[in-house]
Amino acid sequence: MTQILLYNIASIGLFGIGLYGLIVAPHIIKKILAINIMSVGVFMLLVASASNVNGTPDPVLHAMVLTGIVVAIAGTALALFLAAKIHTLDQTSDKDGH
Amino acid sequence: MGALLSVDILLPLLVGLPLVAAILTTLLKNHGLRAWISVIVALVQLITVAVLLSWLSGSNLDAENQRYALGGWTAPLGIDLVINGFSALMLALTAVLTFILTVYSCCYFSEAHSPSAKTARFWPLWWLLITGINGLFLSGDIFNIYVTLEIIGLAAVALVALDGSRAALTAALRYLFVGLLGSLCYLLAVALLYRAYGTLDFVQLSAIAESNPITWAALALITTGLLLKTALVPLHFWLPLAHGSAPAPVSAILSALVVKTSFYLMARFWLDTLAPAATDYGLLMLGILGACAIIWGSIQALRAKRLKLMVAYSTVAQLGYLFLLFPLVMSNGVTRDAGLSGSAVSAIAYFIAAHACAKAAMFLAAGNIMRTVGHDEIDRLHGLAKYMPVSLFTFAIAGASLIGLPPSAGFISKWLLLNVAIDTAQWWWVIVILSGGLMAAMYIFRVLNIAFINVDEKAQVDLQQEPINKLPTLMPLCAFLLAMLTVALGFNAELILDLVTLGDVV
Repeated sequence: MTQILLYNIASIGLFGIGLYGLIVAPHIIKKILAINIMSVGVFMLLVASASNVNGTPDPVLHAMVLTGIVVAIAGTALALFLAAKIHTLDQTSDKDGH
Repeated sequence: MGALLSVDILLPLLVGLPLVAAILTTLLKNHGLRAWISVIVALVQLITVAVLLSWLSGSNLDAENQRYALGGWTAPLGIDLVINGFSALMLALTAVLTFILTVYSCCYFSEAHSPSAKTARFWPLWWLLITGINGLFLSGDIFNIYVTLEIIGLAAVALVALDGSRAALTAALRYLFVGLLGSLCYLLAVALLYRAYGTLDFVQLSAIAESNPITWAALALITTGLLLKTALVPLHFWLPLAHGSAPAPVSAILSALVVKTSFYLMARFWLDTLAPAATDYGLLMLGILGACAIIWGSIQALRAKRLKLMVAYSTVAQLGYLFLLFPLVMSNGVTRDAGLSGSAVSAIAYFIAAHACAKAAMFLAAGNIMRTVGHDEIDRLHGLAKYMPVSLFTFAIAGASLIGLPPSAGFISKWLLLNVAIDTAQWWWVIVILSGGLMAAMYIFRVLNIAFINVDEKAQVDLQQEPINKLPTLMPLCAFLLAMLTVALGFNAELILDLVTLGDVV
C-alpha cells in the first residue's frame, strides 16, 4: 500500500513539475517536454490506481493509459511539426534580413 | 422503415459518417470529387439529424431509446452513445452549420483561390473535427469525452495552422498547448473519479457521486481544464489570435461550435453529474467570471484594429453570457436540483443556438471582405458597403442579433435570460446583460459606420485603389443564409425550447 502511495505522490509531483515548466519555460521545445512530463504523471497515476495487491490489475485503466499514450504522441508530433515550421520561417526571414 | 428509424442506426451514423468522409477525402486526389463528397455527406448528416429529432419527439422516448451500446457492450465495461434534449439541440446545430459551412468551404478553398496542397489538407481535418464534435455530444462516458476532446483539439489546431503564416502557426501552437493542458487536467480528473467511484458512465456516476474531497478535486480539475478550452476570462488569451488567424469557415466553426463543446461539458458536470459537489460559491464565481468576460471582451472588441480580431473578441464577450447559467440555476441562494433542465438551461441553450448562427455569419462576412479587399483593417473599410452590400447587410443582421435587437434570436435569448434573472431575484445580472448589449452595439456600429458612411473622400479613393476580387455568388449567399437563420430562430423560439426539454420526460 505504501508503494502505491509513493507512486501517487510521485505522479502528482510530475504533473506539478510539468505544469511549472509549461508556464515558465521560454523555449518551445521545453514546453513540449513539459507537456509530456505532465502526461507521464497522469499515466503513472492511472497505472498505480490499476494495481491490485491481492488480485488481477484493473484492465480498464490500462486501456485508458494506452489511449492516453496514443493521444500524447499525436499531440507531441503536431507540436513538434508546428515548432519546426515556425523555426524554418524564422530562419528564412533572418536570411532575408541580412 | 421501422428498423431504419431507430437510435441503433442513427446514433452510430452521426459519428461514422463524418469519419468516413474524413477517410475518403484523405484517399481521393481529385479536388472536385472531395468537395462533392463533403457536400453529400453534410446533407446526409443533416437528414439523419432531422430523422433523429422527429423520432425523439415522437412517443418513443424512454431511457432505452436514448442509449446505444457500441458493439453490444453496455456500461460500465462498454461505451454508450446517449442523446438527451440539450445534446439533440447541439447535434442539430452542428448538422445545420456543417452543411452551410461545407458549401461555403467548397468556394473558399476552390482551386482558383488557394493552392491545392492547402485544400488537400482542409477536408480530412474538417471532417475529423465534425466527427469529434458529434462524438462529444453523443458520448455517455467520461473517458470517451477525453478522446473526443483531443480529436476536436488536434483537428482544430491543424485547421488554424492551415494558413501557414507565422502568425497563424504561433497562434496554432499556443492553442495546442492550451488544449493539451486542458485535456490533461480533465484526464487527471477522470482518473480521480474512476478511483473513487469505479465507473466512467455519466448516468451511473451522477447516481453515486457525493460531496467529498476527491469529487471536489475532480470538479476543480475539470473546471480548470474546460475553462481553458472555453476561453473564459482570464483564460481567454489564446482565443482571439487563434480564431482571428484561421481561414474564414474554420473561424466560424471554432467560434460557433468548438468553444461550446467544452461549455456543454461544464454545464453537464456542474449541474448534473457532479452536482452534489457544486457549491453555491463556485456557481457564483463562474457567474462573476462570465460578467468579467462580457465587459472585458467588449472593451477589447471596441479597441480591435482588425475586423476578424474584433469578431473574435466579441466571442470572448458572448461566451461570458453562457456562464451566467451557473448562478441563474440558484434561486434565493438555494441550488435547484433540476439537472440539465429548467428555465435557465433553456435560455442558455437558446443563447448558444442564436450566437452560433450569428457568429458564423459574421465570420463568413468578414472572410468575404478579406477575400475581396485583401485585408480586414477596420479603419480602411470606408464606403465598403457600396462594393459589398450583401456581406455588410449580413454583418449588420448578425450584429443586431449579438446586440439583442428584436426580432432576432439574440433578442429572445437575452429576454429569456433577463426573465430568469428577475425570477430568481438576482437583479445584478440584469445590469451586466444590458450593458453587454450596449457595448456590443458600440463595436458593431463602429464597423457599420465606417463601411456605410464615406466620411473621408481620401479614404474612399484609397479603397478604389485596392484590388477588388470578385467572389463566387455562393459565398455571400451562405453568410446571408446564416444571418437569416438568426431571424428565423427569433420567430420560432418555441421549436428550440421544446427540443431542450425533450429529455425531461424521462
